[in-house]
Amino acid sequence: MGNFLCSSSVGRKLIMSLSGCFLVLFLIFHMSMNIAAIFSEDAYNMICAFLGANWYALVATVILAGGVIVHLVYAVLLTLQNRKARGAQRYAVTVKEEGVAWSSKNMLLIGFIVVLGLLLHLYNFWYHMQLQELLGNHTNDFGYSPADGVSLIRDLFAQPVFCVIYLVWFAAIWFHLTHGVWSMFQSVGFANATWYPRLKLISNIMATIIFLGFAIVVVVFYIKSICPACCVA
Amino acid sequence: MAKIDSKTPQGPLAEQWSQHKANIKVVSPANKRKLDVIVIGTGLGGASAAAALGELGYNVNIFCISDSPRRAHSIAAQGGINAAKNYQNDNDSVYRLFYDTIKGGDYRARESNVYRLAEVSNLIIDQCVAQGVPFAREYGGLLDNRSFGGSQVSRTFYARGQTGQQLLLGAYAALNRQISKGTVTSFPRHEILDIVIVDGKARGVLARDLVTGEIKRFGAHAVVMATGGYGNVFFLSTNAMNSNGSVAWQAYKKGAMLANPCFTQIHPTCIPVHGTQQSKLTLMSESLRNDGRIWVPKKMEDVELIRAKKKKASDVAEEDRDYYLERRYPAFGNLVPRDVASRAAKERCDAGYGVNETGLAVFLDFKTAIQRLGQDTIKGRYGNLFQMYEKITDVDPYQEPMMIYPAVHYTMGGSWVDYNLMTSVPGLYSIGEANFSDHGANRLGASALMQGLADGYFVLPYTIGDYLAKEIQSKKVDTTSKEFDEAEKSIKDKIAHLFTIKGDLSVDDLHKKLGNIMWECVGMARTKESLQKALVEIKALRKEFWKNVKVMGKNDEFNQEIEKALRLADFLELGELMARDALNREESCGGHFRSEFQTPEGEALRDDEKFTYVAIWEFNGVDAEPTLHKEALKFETIKLAQRNYKD
Amino acid sequence: MNLKLKIWRQANAKTTGKFDIYNIDNISPDISFLEMLDILNNDLIHSGKEPIAFDHDCREGICGMCSLHINGHAHGPDSEITTCQLHMRKFKDGDTITIEPWRSTAFPVIKDLVVDRTSYDKILQAGGFVSVNTGGVPDANAIPISKPDSDESMDAAACIGCGACAATCKNGSAMLFVAARVSSLAKLPQGQVEGARRAKAMVAKMDELGFGNCSNTGACEAECPKLISIGHIARLNREFLSAKLQD
Repeated sequence: MGNFLCSSSVGRKLIMSLSGCFLVLFLIFHMSMNIAAIFSEDAYNMICAFLGANWYALVATVILAGGVIVHLVYAVLLTLQNRKARGAQRYAVTVKEEGVAWSSKNMLLIGFIVVLGLLLHLYNFWYHMQLQELLGNHTNDFGYSPADGVSLIRDLFAQPVFCVIYLVWFAAIWFHLTHGVWSMFQSVGFANATWYPRLKLISNIMATIIFLGFAIVVVVFYIKSICPACCVA
Repeated sequence: MAKIDSKTPQGPLAEQWSQHKANIKVVSPANKRKLDVIVIGTGLGGASAAAALGELGYNVNIFCISDSPRRAHSIAAQGGINAAKNYQNDNDSVYRLFYDTIKGGDYRARESNVYRLAEVSNLIIDQCVAQGVPFAREYGGLLDNRSFGGSQVSRTFYARGQTGQQLLLGAYAALNRQISKGTVTSFPRHEILDIVIVDGKARGVLARDLVTGEIKRFGAHAVVMATGGYGNVFFLSTNAMNSNGSVAWQAYKKGAMLANPCFTQIHPTCIPVHGTQQSKLTLMSESLRNDGRIWVPKKMEDVELIRAKKKKASDVAEEDRDYYLERRYPAFGNLVPRDVASRAAKERCDAGYGVNETGLAVFLDFKTAIQRLGQDTIKGRYGNLFQMYEKITDVDPYQEPMMIYPAVHYTMGGSWVDYNLMTSVPGLYSIGEANFSDHGANRLGASALMQGLADGYFVLPYTIGDYLAKEIQSKKVDTTSKEFDEAEKSIKDKIAHLFTIKGDLSVDDLHKKLGNIMWECVGMARTKESLQKALVEIKALRKEFWKNVKVMGKNDEFNQEIEKALRLADFLELGELMARDALNREESCGGHFRSEFQTPEGEALRDDEKFTYVAIWEFNGVDAEPTLHKEALKFETIKLAQRNYKD
Repeated sequence: MNLKLKIWRQANAKTTGKFDIYNIDNISPDISFLEMLDILNNDLIHSGKEPIAFDHDCREGICGMCSLHINGHAHGPDSEITTCQLHMRKFKDGDTITIEPWRSTAFPVIKDLVVDRTSYDKILQAGGFVSVNTGGVPDANAIPISKPDSDESMDAAACIGCGACAATCKNGSAMLFVAARVSSLAKLPQGQVEGARRAKAMVAKMDELGFGNCSNTGACEAECPKLISIGHIARLNREFLSAKLQD
């Protein structure tokens, strides 16, 4: 039975759908956690400490990394197969078909932007946090405790360039999700003409909530950096 | 001549088919595996026959000229398929379907064949539903029916405006199942160029691989022609561009006589010709006549204003409209048979009331139906047809009436066959539109699909066994025999010759000329003079073809020009036979209307004394006169009468 | 009107092709696109050049034989039609029209604009049927089928097998075509009997023939001349996955 997950096109799409679903759930969790930083820096750092180099956090991290890798590897694999199926001779004239979303045709490209953002993000945070704990260090390069996420946030988003990069990254995630969320229902077979408008609406709402949820932290911390009195928290 | 034996069973009509089935031979499963059958064509007849024969265990090779069996022109049939199910409780029966078909055919069909057709019609519906054909249904979940021309009951089953498509997809699926099982081998993009006869029996075919141009030999113990009609002899027709009469014509030259070739159906509801560059005519389903009303203006000034586009048809007042079918035929109204409706349209246009620039169009109006049922209901019934009309003409038929005019649609004539569907060549069968047997001088709507599937699923698989039972001792056909050599040489010579002519006229130029002659002289109304003129002109055009045609490219490649040239070469001979047959038949019946023979009201006037026979033509050489044989038609169950659709 | 045509010419599957430019004048806006090509071909023949090969047959939008990728659109710049139903009134005087064959690995070019679509036949041969023999079937009204189910089956069955879906799909995926058949039969009790077998066999054959993976762009649906919905693809996914989960 399991073989079809690799050997059949519908099975491969199931993997994309399930891994994608998992990553969306993770995003929601991560977003909720971030929002805590706006309201209480202590609460945020408590969560950071909770998610340090504990066995359960490490297991979750490995699973999460696995999800990302599976999603990425399958995406590349599928795209290579798809390019082969399309053939060497391309159309001289192509158009955007009516009703077809730009994101749907450029998921791999958007996905790569997301991955680049992710690498930067891992360097900005994970490298200074969980990894340092794993290495047994009690402070990171900045001299903060690995569980002191808030300080990292505060420093990073005081720099406009990082704010912009992160917002672009979140925008890429938004595009990726507007197609990805309803698509994951389609790939498991839960969709029909009645539900397409609903599913697409849900996708757009989810993508927008996730975008705003992440972006607000960046914005709030940037505003705090230029006007410490503006945000009281 | 001894060859003309219809093999009609004796006894009461209603028992003939059962009796016949009981009497004919069958082939054992072990022997079926040793017998090869070739089926030419993949329309409803060919696909269903090949599937049914494959199921029985014969080795079947099936050929089509398109890239897939599903392209066959049966797919374009829109309206529906008749069956005597009597699901509507409107007093339909096998007898009534039989009677309507004989009467609709103007008493020029063989009673026994038509009765059998009506008898097996119900099986077809059962079979198609079992195959997953999504016929239209009512809310209770049972099958829906509609009415068609020439009958007063609702017996037509339909799948929106795509019934032919759905039935063909059913037959094609059955065929695919056999292909996957290995009992049938499919040869797409292969055109049959000749039937090979060995010792007086059909023993194989020569096919041209349309991709490579290679001529290939195929042997078989029996050959089935399911090649459809030859309406494209008129150049402009509702037939598909690639439909042709070449296989039947090559078979004719090898001894398979042609019957009633002049019986051509002109369909009343087609989109009118728009200009000289037109390549094909589009049919608007007869089912539209269920709800559409046909009219022309009563006043000449309205006609002129409409032609000059100064007045819209929808602005013509109700009392100024001449619903001429309802006026002339109160009992059947807009649902008179096709030949009657076509001639009535021609009569109005000839009288000067045609409503487009060419004066060759009448209105088909849905205003009353939309008022009565609402636009949504009409859309549900005919949506795809309305859309098709709008795409072609740029006119919205929900607002303005459609313009329609008759066009060549179907050929009732075809290869002569006996009750077993075997032609005058032993082992060579002809089914569906390719044969002549069931529709007389005019086919009723929704009966072509019925005949194709009846022949393919339920008649041929039985009757072919009777012949093949005698072939169980025959070895596999040797395709290296001298008969195959000769046939191949003659085809290769013909093809090579066509390339060497290098004349000035393209195949299409010449085909248009032929079409013109056929439409003007052998069209909706024929006279002795027009037919004699056609004989001379076709002969001359044939000479011109062989002297002045220009065929580009070469044989050993994909070459649509040589395909067309070979088909036209045959049309140029077939057209002459059609004119000859029409000239011989000095009466009017069904689709064959000789202007000299009409009633004072302008209806077709038959001459039952002299012409209650099937005219069967035997080939004697391209420029020699063919021999006429007659199969007398005996009407033992139905009394011959003038068709009456008035009351 | 006068037009400039940029048409793909390719002698056969083995050679590489290229675009040739043709100018054509005095075209009536009321003729069909294929009639315009007929005129061009007739002109080419008269001037001793090879006419352009293109597939066509019924010319009323139902046989699925015509193809052509016109100005970037499968079946040209109009909705709900096949190429043979496209009329010149959709173009303007002076337009340049680019005409290409379907391009997909599973549809190799045979000549010029003609491609080989037998891969679609092969997919249907793998299981696109109901396994009933001729005769011996129950009465047509023996099993009532709800009108909505029957209508939805018919929606899917409207597929003409033209290949526009796979030709349009950036992934060269035939999912819409396969889904149309699977879904049409899945909506009928007659087809449900071997639904699981059918879905598995047809998907396997589609993959084997080199079609791509569906990525839910919906481009197939947008260009489908018969407006087949990608909802049928969802049903195919469901049929396939539930069949596999039972293995």
